[in-house]
Amino acid sequence: MTRSVTELAVSRDDYRISRLAAAAIALTVAEAAIPMPLPGVKPGLANIVTLVVLWRFGWRDAAWVSLLRVLAGSLLLGQFLAPGFFLSAAGSVASLLALGLGQRLPRRWFGPVSHSLLAAFAHISGQLTVARLWLVPHDGVFYLAPVFFTAALVFGLSNGLIAARLLASGADAGAD
Amino acid sequence: MARPALKPWLRYLRAGDLLTLALAAAGCAASFALLWRGEIPDRAIVRAGGRIVAELPLDRRAELTVDGPLGHTRIEVEPGRARVAEDPGPRQYCVRQGWISRGGAVAICAPNQVSLSLNGGGDSHDSLSY
Repeated sequence: MTRSVTELAVSRDDYRISRLAAAAIALTVAEAAIPMPLPGVKPGLANIVTLVVLWRFGWRDAAWVSLLRVLAGSLLLGQFLAPGFFLSAAGSVASLLALGLGQRLPRRWFGPVSHSLLAAFAHISGQLTVARLWLVPHDGVFYLAPVFFTAALVFGLSNGLIAARLLASGADAGAD
Repeated sequence: MARPALKPWLRYLRAGDLLTLALAAAGCAASFALLWRGEIPDRAIVRAGGRIVAELPLDRRAELTVDGPLGHTRIEVEPGRARVAEDPGPRQYCVRQGWISRGGAVAICAPNQVSLSLNGGGDSHDSLSY
């Protein structure tokens, strides 16, 4: 057998990140099957994985998992380079930035729920910004913003609670 | 039916989380108040044949009869609302619309070329297509 010309050294980090990203991608795909009353409103279950990763392994890993999830999730759902892909990417980048800041909050007082809410609101704000600047260059985009913010509140809270529970139960320990 | 147990979830909330949650909820409420505030109209604008024939203030009663190709259309204004009271059009859509009171609302009597609209509501669209 011919040996591969390029030898990529695969580190423990790579295995861990790909395993976590796979979990996030599975959630993205599963979630796409859930019918939602309004396009754009989604629970964002994959963000539970991002939160757990952030909490246990830090921001760098969370960013990898989140961005790999957006990329691979869009490929699987046939959304790659479609408008929805750019919206997801914008949302993910915005929430990663928010998480980068949120991480500095004292953990004694601010748990995963705070991070989750920050990320959820940053996510929808990033998406609305891209939608306004590029997809629908009209202020009418903001008409539905209150609905999206309410969804961010509800799903931010529930995802944060689920992430907090996973972290507390140690059910995520297998991710190591 | 078993009630969903919410209480066990409470222990995952830390003190600061409650603060974040309160801020987020306040932000939501503010966004509703800011973005869904319909403008309150203060004038009723009556058009005939596309030209404005009258602008009636919405703070007092008024009545106006406008002539169109089919006959007379009678407009009634009351504090805060207005309607087309009578119209010679065959289908009476504008009359059956009743009182209009939201900013930007319109009642159109197309056959007689008369319309009644309220100001406010900005440059809102009545349809969008993608």
